[in-house]
Amino acid sequence: MKQQHLQLDHNKRLRHFLTTEGLKRDLLVEILDTAESFTSITNQQIKKVPLLRGKTVVNLFFEASTRTRTTFELAAKRLSADVLNINVSASAASKGETLLDTLRNLEAMHCDMFVVRHPNSGAAHFIAEHCAPHISVLNAGDGRHAHPTQAMIDMFTIRRHKHEFHNLSVAIVGDILHSRVARSQIHALSTLGVPDIRVIGPRTLIPADASTLGVHVYNDLDQGLDGVDVIIMLRLQRERMSSALLPSEHEYFRLYGLTKEKLALAKADVIVMHPGPINRGVEMDSAVADGEHSVILQQVSHGISIRMAVMSMTMSPKGTSQSERDA
Amino acid sequence: MVLEAPNILLASMASQLQERIDSKQINNPAMVGIHTGGVWVASALHQLLAIKEPLGTLDISFYRDDFSRIGISPEVKPSKLPFSIDDRHIILVDDVLYTGRTIRAALNELFDYGRPASITLATLIVRSGRELPISADVTGTQLSLDSTQQIKLKGPEPLSFEIVELTDS
Repeated sequence: MKQQHLQLDHNKRLRHFLTTEGLKRDLLVEILDTAESFTSITNQQIKKVPLLRGKTVVNLFFEASTRTRTTFELAAKRLSADVLNINVSASAASKGETLLDTLRNLEAMHCDMFVVRHPNSGAAHFIAEHCAPHISVLNAGDGRHAHPTQAMIDMFTIRRHKHEFHNLSVAIVGDILHSRVARSQIHALSTLGVPDIRVIGPRTLIPADASTLGVHVYNDLDQGLDGVDVIIMLRLQRERMSSALLPSEHEYFRLYGLTKEKLALAKADVIVMHPGPINRGVEMDSAVADGEHSVILQQVSHGISIRMAVMSMTMSPKGTSQSERDA
Repeated sequence: MVLEAPNILLASMASQLQERIDSKQINNPAMVGIHTGGVWVASALHQLLAIKEPLGTLDISFYRDDFSRIGISPEVKPSKLPFSIDDRHIILVDDVLYTGRTIRAALNELFDYGRPASITLATLIVRSGRELPISADVTGTQLSLDSTQQIKLKGPEPLSFEIVELTDS
């Protein structure tokens, strides 16, 4: 409950975006609708709108990232904000500065938004709890916990292709255990009303509590893919694996890699997604990654619109109510 | 106050616009309506003038000057301009011209799409209360209203409007 309160202001408007867990369906749909409006900006000669002019967004990355950081940066720039990119692992933290001191310094520079990626679960919440009241915090991935903007990108991509959520079967395949993306996706899918959410992977890579999330667990890829509308492949997160959870990548591909043959088990109009970066030949065959069912590059484009939506929603002045907006 | 029926106003606007197009020898103009009421008025005019280019629509939410006070509207819609703006004669249509701030935002948005040859502003109703140096080229009717009064437009078919008193709540 604490997380939900932290994310919303007293009028139940988005204040920080830390997790998809516990957010109401209306709010998730509002994020998708707002993102839809931002897609028209790519048709402009000048691909910028003046919404966040004069605001400063800080990309505070304690963990490496290319796609997420660049699309957050591009989103902020298309909203006319100024952007600072801070790679913390390479700077102050290594000189012994605490997280709170780093925050206080950035606040003293009059920044307005922190986009935080951190290897520890809960880091974005911690920052949201301790930052100055005018600052909004967006979680760009914390440990194994959540990656809410990536989940909303995937919801946006699904809605664009399938239009509705209430009649879908969605399979999430691979390393569920280490995946903050999967966790955020499962919460969003279930809030948006997807009746059949499946997680598919080896026992060692499925969290023990998976079934409590309201998903169907499959250890066999063929069974799991039967008749699905959407397949979300996850990256094998070697860097987060502390022990030998897998025999080999080759063995993993043989059992859980997505090939044309496996894809034929799903519905004829199935879409294939992957949050990136892809390990070709480990999670999926190149023929599938580049094939007609793949919407992986669309996900990247949608990333900019979703991040623009969340940035402009959280940067809306705190505490304005619906009636004030209508006036 | 007796208000004329919107279809009479629309017919008058269409003939004023046609006159303007003829006298200025404007070739192949394009029409753009501002969400939501302006799009209703524009679709009626678009039909009356038999304009070849499909109707463009603008949602100026991203260009408003009061984001820092009221934030982003949850009902924002995508803008759709299905033609090139560059060197085009544009007829910009809105329902009511009041403070002029919506038109300021619309002009800024249009210029992010290209450099038009000209922009003509047509509004169904022009009311008192301008805060910016903006005026309409073509108007259905002019109303002198107090700041406590608001024009409520209903549409798209049939188009109707009424004057309501704003109450302090």
